[in-house]
Amino acid sequence: MAARQERQPVGFYAIIVALVFMSVGPVLLMLVNSFKLDVDILSGGTGLLFLPTIQNYETALCDILWYEIDHLDFCSLKFGGAFINSLIIALISTLLTLIIGCMAAYALVRFRFMGRDTVSMSTLMVRMVPPAVLLVPVFGLWNNEFCLDRDGLIGGMIRDTFGGRGDVCLAGTHSGIILIYVAMNLPFVIWILQSFIVQVPRSLEEAARVDGAGPFQVFFKIVLPLIKPGLAAAAIFTFRIAWNEYLLASALSDRDTRTVPILIVNNMSEFNVEWGVIMATGMLLAIPPIIFTLFASRQIITGMTAGAVKG
Amino acid sequence: MRIAMANRLTPYMFMAPAVLIMAIALMYPLGYMIWGSFREWNPSQTIGEAEFVGLKNYITLWGDPNFHESLVVTLKFAFFVVTLEMLIGVGLALLLDRNIRGMSILRTLFILPMMIAPVVVGLMWRYMYHPTIGTFNGFLDKLGLPRVDWLGEHALMSIIIADIWQWTPFIFILSLAALQSLPRSALEAARIDGATGWQQIWHIKLPLMMPVLIVTALLRLIDAFKVLEVILVMTEGGPGLSTEILALRISRTATEFRELGVAAAMSNYLLILLLFLTLGMFAFTRWQEARAARLNAMIQEEDS
Repeated sequence: MAARQERQPVGFYAIIVALVFMSVGPVLLMLVNSFKLDVDILSGGTGLLFLPTIQNYETALCDILWYEIDHLDFCSLKFGGAFINSLIIALISTLLTLIIGCMAAYALVRFRFMGRDTVSMSTLMVRMVPPAVLLVPVFGLWNNEFCLDRDGLIGGMIRDTFGGRGDVCLAGTHSGIILIYVAMNLPFVIWILQSFIVQVPRSLEEAARVDGAGPFQVFFKIVLPLIKPGLAAAAIFTFRIAWNEYLLASALSDRDTRTVPILIVNNMSEFNVEWGVIMATGMLLAIPPIIFTLFASRQIITGMTAGAVKG
Repeated sequence: MRIAMANRLTPYMFMAPAVLIMAIALMYPLGYMIWGSFREWNPSQTIGEAEFVGLKNYITLWGDPNFHESLVVTLKFAFFVVTLEMLIGVGLALLLDRNIRGMSILRTLFILPMMIAPVVVGLMWRYMYHPTIGTFNGFLDKLGLPRVDWLGEHALMSIIIADIWQWTPFIFILSLAALQSLPRSALEAARIDGATGWQQIWHIKLPLMMPVLIVTALLRLIDAFKVLEVILVMTEGGPGLSTEILALRISRTATEFRELGVAAAMSNYLLILLLFLTLGMFAFTRWQEARAARLNAMIQEEDS
């Protein structure tokens, strides 16, 4: 290793430059195009000579910008609302997944109990289920059975117990989407957190026990602070999926709860694509994950390798 | 006595929320889907109102050439994507496994594509593949080469390229991590014995990395069956059915054609396929892990 390290051939750096260019290039291209007028985009591919404009972003963010209220009706793209929906859904589902997943991972690592292997195995199996497979049942259940007015299993039970209004379904609500995201992400979070919890020294926990701490105190005060890197990694992955997901959100949301990916796809499939605005919307959706990547790439890589290299 | 009770209940209290949510939102729906696949079921019906038709949906699908076509497209896509990404990713890792300055910055830049929403990735590539304003045809024009109909007759290849762009870094990062955790002594010993670079890779590095590589390939394989948004945005399954992967077909059957029963049967076929692939890979993993362990033991024996 040491011998080769001294003379890095020029070709080696050429490869690295090419790789960086390839992986970042498309993103930069989108960024550049999001500041172009459609006329400039349509006139030719790679030109860098153009007058930058923020008009695309203004169109995209039309419904939350500082203009007069009555102007809202003319907004062709209600990006602001979708952005807030995306934020609510991604943040709440990430938080819930982390808390619930961390508790489960802790139980799986630290306790021997009946049904442990079954839970552990099924968690692994569930990871391979594609969202497209969940689409059919979730679509059916959320629209027809998980409602307060139908005689479905859970809906009926809730109505009988609490006497609901009688026409509310999970579909079209934030909670409906959050519920499926939490369930979908749990297996992954449980899986990667296990490999972090295993490394927490048992003696620390036992010491706390001797001092009279209950199991939940031990968990929250000793274990959680020690696995912060793992939690960060899990949080980023969960957020990423909840923030980026399209298929289930599109099946479960209505006009008021749709997220940004749905907005983008809807505008793409129209006959005439407004490239500039679409690119601006895409950029706005891509920015949070990009920021995460730049600040937490170490955690992301740890999380990835915890999944494959250690597991 | 009370303390003993509390201790026995503790693990269940920790597990309960996760199990409850997965039961309501994963297990129950999956069972519900299997049940629904035996019915002629449209989205406005509860499952109880849908007519029971036995195996009809499965039999219809079995004889449906369009279904066969999407099955073939899905398998082709998964095969090429996993093979090419493994080759390129592992190759790059072997090439770049050196201590150079700024490696952590490079890695950050490489993982960027993975973090971007599939919908946005699809949008970027749809733009770059655009027949008239697209980047690629722009380049070809400048080089004086004929334009390529990227999302037309070569659509499958084009979506495979886009997936390679997004996910090769995943394999690259994992292989690099595996390479850097290899026992130094083994590599040292091989070098002293005069093994060429190629021999070291072929006889030492690759066999020792194998368990990680297989898990990586397995993860990618499973994910390859989940890809949907990128293709939806880029080609919407077209032209014809040439890029209509199974996931896309399921979602279209359920939401556009409103045949939930058929879509459920299709989902079950996909699940069975995935189950076999996963089990096969697991068996292969076991076998390779044993081999790597033997190799490791041999190396350590030689050392002492």
